[in-house]
Amino acid sequence: MERSTGMNRRKFNTALATTGALAALSPFGIVRAQGAKLKVGVLLPRSGYLGFIGQSCQKGADLAPGVIKTLLGVDIELMNADTESNIDTARTRAERLIQEGAHVLVGAFDSGQSTAIAQVAEQRGVPYVVNIAAAPQITEQGYKFVFRNFPTAPDLVRNGLNNIGALFQATNVVPRSAVFMYVNDTFGLAMSKGINAFLPRLTNLPFKITESVPYDPAAKDLTVEVSKAKAANADFLLLVCRLQDSIILRREMVKQRWNPMGVISPGSPGMYEEQFAKVLGKYAEYCISNAPWYNPKTNMTKIVDAAFKKQNPGEKFVFHATNVAYTYESILIAADAYKRARSTDARALADAIRQTNITDRVALGGPIKFNAKGQVEGNLSACVQNLGGTPKVVLPADAAEAKPVFPWPGYKA
Amino acid sequence: MAVDLVVNVALAGVLTGLVYGLMALGLSVIFGVVRVVNFAHGEMMTVAMYAAVGLFTAFKLDPFLSVIPVAAAFFVLGYLLQTGLINPFITRPEHSQFMLLVAIAIIVVNGLLMAFGPDARNVQVDYQLESWAAGPILFDKARVYAAGVAILASGALFAFFRYTRTGKAIRACADNYLGAKVVGLDVKHYYALTFGLGSACVAVAGCMLILLVDVTPSLGPSYTLLAFVIVIVGGLGSMGGALLGGVLIGLSEAMAGLFIQPSAKSMFSFALLILVLLFRPQGLMGRRP
Amino acid sequence: MSAQRRAAALLALLAAALLALPLVANAYLLSVATLILFFAFSGQAWNVMMGFAGQLSLGHSLYVGLGAYAAAGLFFHFGIGPWAGIWLAIAVCVAAGAAIGFLAFRFGISGVYFALLTIAFAEFTRIGFDHIGWLGGPGGLFIKVEQRQAADLLNLRGPPVMFYYVMLALAAGAFALCAWLLRSRAGYYWQAIRENEEAAQALGINTFRWKMLAVVISAAMTSFSGVFFAFYYNNLFPETIFHISRSIEIILGPIIGGIGTLFGPILGAAVLTILADSITDLLAAVGLEFPGVKQVFYGVVLLLVVMFLPHGIWPALARRLGLDRKS
Repeated sequence: MERSTGMNRRKFNTALATTGALAALSPFGIVRAQGAKLKVGVLLPRSGYLGFIGQSCQKGADLAPGVIKTLLGVDIELMNADTESNIDTARTRAERLIQEGAHVLVGAFDSGQSTAIAQVAEQRGVPYVVNIAAAPQITEQGYKFVFRNFPTAPDLVRNGLNNIGALFQATNVVPRSAVFMYVNDTFGLAMSKGINAFLPRLTNLPFKITESVPYDPAAKDLTVEVSKAKAANADFLLLVCRLQDSIILRREMVKQRWNPMGVISPGSPGMYEEQFAKVLGKYAEYCISNAPWYNPKTNMTKIVDAAFKKQNPGEKFVFHATNVAYTYESILIAADAYKRARSTDARALADAIRQTNITDRVALGGPIKFNAKGQVEGNLSACVQNLGGTPKVVLPADAAEAKPVFPWPGYKA
Repeated sequence: MAVDLVVNVALAGVLTGLVYGLMALGLSVIFGVVRVVNFAHGEMMTVAMYAAVGLFTAFKLDPFLSVIPVAAAFFVLGYLLQTGLINPFITRPEHSQFMLLVAIAIIVVNGLLMAFGPDARNVQVDYQLESWAAGPILFDKARVYAAGVAILASGALFAFFRYTRTGKAIRACADNYLGAKVVGLDVKHYYALTFGLGSACVAVAGCMLILLVDVTPSLGPSYTLLAFVIVIVGGLGSMGGALLGGVLIGLSEAMAGLFIQPSAKSMFSFALLILVLLFRPQGLMGRRP
Repeated sequence: MSAQRRAAALLALLAAALLALPLVANAYLLSVATLILFFAFSGQAWNVMMGFAGQLSLGHSLYVGLGAYAAAGLFFHFGIGPWAGIWLAIAVCVAAGAAIGFLAFRFGISGVYFALLTIAFAEFTRIGFDHIGWLGGPGGLFIKVEQRQAADLLNLRGPPVMFYYVMLALAAGAFALCAWLLRSRAGYYWQAIRENEEAAQALGINTFRWKMLAVVISAAMTSFSGVFFAFYYNNLFPETIFHISRSIEIILGPIIGGIGTLFGPILGAAVLTILADSITDLLAAVGLEFPGVKQVFYGVVLLLVVMFLPHGIWPALARRLGLDRKS
């Protein structure tokens, strides 16, 4: 507030009272207090079949206002909405949030729901930052208000395969064959296509895929699939999975006494999650996943980690790494843009987001910078391995917390 | 394709199928007698699984032992559910029954979500990941135990319906509703008894299934569908039919997964269902057309 | 005023309100209204099979999905607009419905067995489409969103208002069609079959043919839902569009509103959608926003309606409004 010589107590009190009266009228968005809070609409699937993941992402959103206030001095007000893992609800909730005065939208984990929200955001001219969704089409529509800070499916494939090459170099192992098991969903399909496209061209990957075994994401029993994969007699298992089936698969591997060099995921959820470690105990050890992750060495990661511990006592940041890191960053992007734009006007915010260049961040990768399509290009996957009960970053070396172990102990050629 | 691979897969298919059959047993009993389409079947089993998890967490009770208290509790619950809620719906059209049970299913699933959160829960017993080996053939311990219980349970039910007075009375109610009433049978009571019995079966299945699968609140619907497929294929009201149906489904899925495409193996179950519905709607071991 | 006059007056009022809605409603309400009309239309289509001909279909997502993929596939691969694509959609759905109907009725499958047959077909198709790479497989089919400002009716590209009116036209069309069907010979034969199929057969009615007609009309109408969905959301995944939960969503409206009635599906769709949203708001206001709470309330309301209003809300409401004829 400017200091003016003509101000006295009476004028000040009148001004205060007037502002108070105006603020009282503002629930209906009639008057918005200038430059006070940035309203961020958070759309996540907190119930329904994605409920588990949505709630995990929500943790990243919940800690954001506190951290951002300290770091940037920006006031964030979260407006949380549950998409219920349903595209119809996602769309109407997005409209509702905009109606209620959200300046920016973030969310929504699922590609289908994010696409629906993107259309609403573009239609209404409200900036939308996608936290997690891998379908490349979301940023291929020529939208002016939709931004995504997450690797696309082709990015994930490429990063994952590169990491695997680096892994073999770091551990000095040359496996010659792999059996590729993948869940028949978006990730699995993208991986399968990507592997067919990239693998022949990547010279630092010495192995061949001897057998491909796709499986149904809804299958509760994977005996046949594991039997088939085991019979391929490959050196290691290349696996694209989800949480529930990764547990079933690993269990089945133990029951069928299948002991390859190791299990590596080029890019999918599952093996690094808490449930996996809790349920499988020692059998979860040494499983390797490549996934977008936080960079354990950056300053902001440490701050977010501390905030997470405070807000979620008894839980570990590492088990919500991807969800929390990227959801937090989506709100960070909004706040950073707001700080530079100095206004909550949608167009100004969108333009400011387009100019984003955040170098001190949580997620692993280059700076947060959007290309012409609204996509961040430098996000990387970390190679994480379950060691001592928690996933630890083993690659890239400059972000590593431990050294990779491959093949896993107990492997007999 | 190696012989031992095929044998292992076939064996696994049969064992899994028996477990599926156990899961469908309760539905067969209820549907076969009371003629209510229990679309909340999978949800009931989910609750049983949570009960088993609860008992394990609190008292380190092995699911095999949990079977007794959980089945008893479910018997009572089933009886009450039938008398209280479902009885007026027996004469109502199918879509009404369906809606009633869908509503119950929604409440149960989301109630579980509220109570337990979305994380998967499980029990951890020693023999869960062990297997016996006979040369290259592997027998999964947990599945063998569960399959054993399936056979025992269906045998017990069969004996009950064949040899006990109550069992015969229930069959009478199922075969001829009017006739049963004429002879003075308390049909309402027997219906409730049957629902209780079916629920107890579901509870047993849940306790066994928790050894193989982790439980989440939304686990139910896929099992409901599977149970219906098995019951239709095997035959309504037939204990052996439920097991046979389960084995058929388990085996065909296993073989389809092995020789064709694992990700499409469920299609074969549905194809089997369609074929059975068309050519032998009473199921393989069913009595009524 | 006679019941018929009163009904006509109320209908006119409703039509006027719906036509004028975009002028007064904000974008959020418009999206909710579009959703209500979508479910009203789909429910009306389903009602033809169930309410008119008495066949319980629990796999109607099959037609939504087939219609959606037919039109979307043509647009994605060949640039053929939805007005041409709808013909393929109708054809495919009619074929599917005819196949199911033929198999079911020739083999004497009815009641809950028929319902299970429809579920089996829907599930079979769902997994099948997960393996059709040409239509995107599990990765989904995404239609390019060209522009959203001007209403391009030919390609169904445009602002939400355009979609609202398209859906309104569809819902009104379905209503008119069903009203006409009910009063036609088909309607009477269907009622006879519904009440007592054997007696109808004894009277010489070719029940097979009329049941098939109901199934085929229902399937064809539902294909429109699919096409609309494809162009409204611009993305399709087999996992969600063929899912059994979508089938259940479609039938909730008519069952709650009143099976076999003309207004049942519309009323049911409106009540359920508004109810769902209201519960969310109520819980937010009270601070009880835990995941799952809303659905529990929703389930309880469903339970109560099913238990105490077995014929749905509309018959009771109609009586209250004095709209039913004293026959």
